[in-house]
Amino acid sequence: MNKGAKRGLAVYAVFVYAFLHVPLLILAVFSFNSSRFSVWQGFSLQWYRAVAADPNLIEASLNSLLIAIAATVAATILGTLAAYGLWKRSSAWLSGSMYLSLVTPEIVTGVSLLALFQWIFRFAHLRLGMHTVILAHVGFSLAYVVVVVLARLRGFDRTLEEAALDLGATEFGAFWRVTLPYLAPAIAAAAMLAFTVSIDDYVITSLVAGVDSQTLPMVIYAMARRGVNPALNAVSTLVVFGLGMLIMLSERFRKA
Amino acid sequence: MRLRNAFLAPTAILMAVTMLAPLAIIVVYSLLTRGAYGGVELPWTLENFTRLWDPVYGVIFVRSFWIAAVSTALCLILGFPLAMFIARSGPRKNLYLSLVILPFWTSFLIRTYAWMFLLRDTGIVNSALQGLGIIREPLALLYNDGVVILGLVYGFLPFMVLPLYATLERLDPSLLEAAADLGARPRDTLVRVTLPLCAPGIRAGAILVFVPCLGTYLTSDLLGGSKTVLIGNLVQNQFTASRDWPFGAALSLALMAIAMILLFAARRRGEELL
Repeated sequence: MNKGAKRGLAVYAVFVYAFLHVPLLILAVFSFNSSRFSVWQGFSLQWYRAVAADPNLIEASLNSLLIAIAATVAATILGTLAAYGLWKRSSAWLSGSMYLSLVTPEIVTGVSLLALFQWIFRFAHLRLGMHTVILAHVGFSLAYVVVVVLARLRGFDRTLEEAALDLGATEFGAFWRVTLPYLAPAIAAAAMLAFTVSIDDYVITSLVAGVDSQTLPMVIYAMARRGVNPALNAVSTLVVFGLGMLIMLSERFRKA
Repeated sequence: MRLRNAFLAPTAILMAVTMLAPLAIIVVYSLLTRGAYGGVELPWTLENFTRLWDPVYGVIFVRSFWIAAVSTALCLILGFPLAMFIARSGPRKNLYLSLVILPFWTSFLIRTYAWMFLLRDTGIVNSALQGLGIIREPLALLYNDGVVILGLVYGFLPFMVLPLYATLERLDPSLLEAAADLGARPRDTLVRVTLPLCAPGIRAGAILVFVPCLGTYLTSDLLGGSKTVLIGNLVQNQFTASRDWPFGAALSLALMAIAMILLFAARRRGEELL
């Protein structure tokens, strides 16, 4: 490629990167604006104070964290075991249903879960709430975990496990002490992915949540639909910053 | 083998409960009649599927296809040169790549909100244009098809760039040199060598962008408002405001069927995830 084309490509790339990152940067900058309008009037932390003083936001954040942590732990453990099981011998219907869960539009997953829960509630004395949200989140993040862990297992040398068995390890012992340590980086990456898809989900959550299980995305969504509110910029900045820190930490952890 | 089955059992049960049972319910509901107060009733009927052919809904399907197609094309136009730039940037490859992946990890909802913040009547863009004296009245930038496409491109661009990068990175540079040696101009090399060799990446990227765009709900609801009703919004509406669950179920199945057909059409051996 000649020099001119190379430079053209680089300029183009700068524009696309700007398109990807500048909107969020502007959002973050204006969360420190002292005016409630989109004109810079000076630095202020008032919107962050407003966020900290909003019990609704605090409760929704705690709900979101609780749901994401519960769903991540469950999906990561079960998904890792399932990936190992599928690696031992494949299962067409299980792989098929995971594939289905990855390609089903969120809105369809949401309404079909809602339909199922409503049908169950005809017979059982239950209601929508944290438990239905957590169950839904475990369900849709499982397939992500399986895909990530299975990808790493594909590079695993089966003879290592066989060697462990020959040396007297039980089937579970070989899994626990040989295969699982090898999978650790993929498990960490899978947990990270499960956490981010869970904490960010609005579409499915809003359909299966009850009155006591408002999550942060639900509150953000409602605020966004209501219109101008600089406190929303502050919340958004905090969420993006928090997720960013988490990604950097997990990268550190992966490289260490 | 007993260990394998014990390991698979909980996930099998969960997938049955959270994926297969809900789908089965949707199939059953799509064949029932709308209840007087929401919900479903007997008798069995195919009316929900015949209603799908009503031109009122045909317009929404066509519009959803159109918006998804334009968004996919724009992702390709924006993403291909970017992927090429990253693939050829030598030691800084990983840094440039992570700059594309980063937005993928941050909140989709918040990234959509960022555009609402920028483009609303009292947003940055209108304030700046008014401040510069270019316009007097704020421009209506939100709540149209164009801004929905913008939001989708913004949201799904990383899904296009990653598979494109993966194929471009594996592309053997000697093939491009050979084309040049044989007298091909740079544009010929691009059109007749690079693009055909990237076909698998383009296909994967197009599917990864098109399918979620077709079923989008959030972007069209926030950025398009009530003016841009797409299939996803129609489904949601049947299950909430309209209280017509059987028709919503039929719509869901139609949407899934379209997605499945596209996925199978684009599938090639050796590209499976699971």
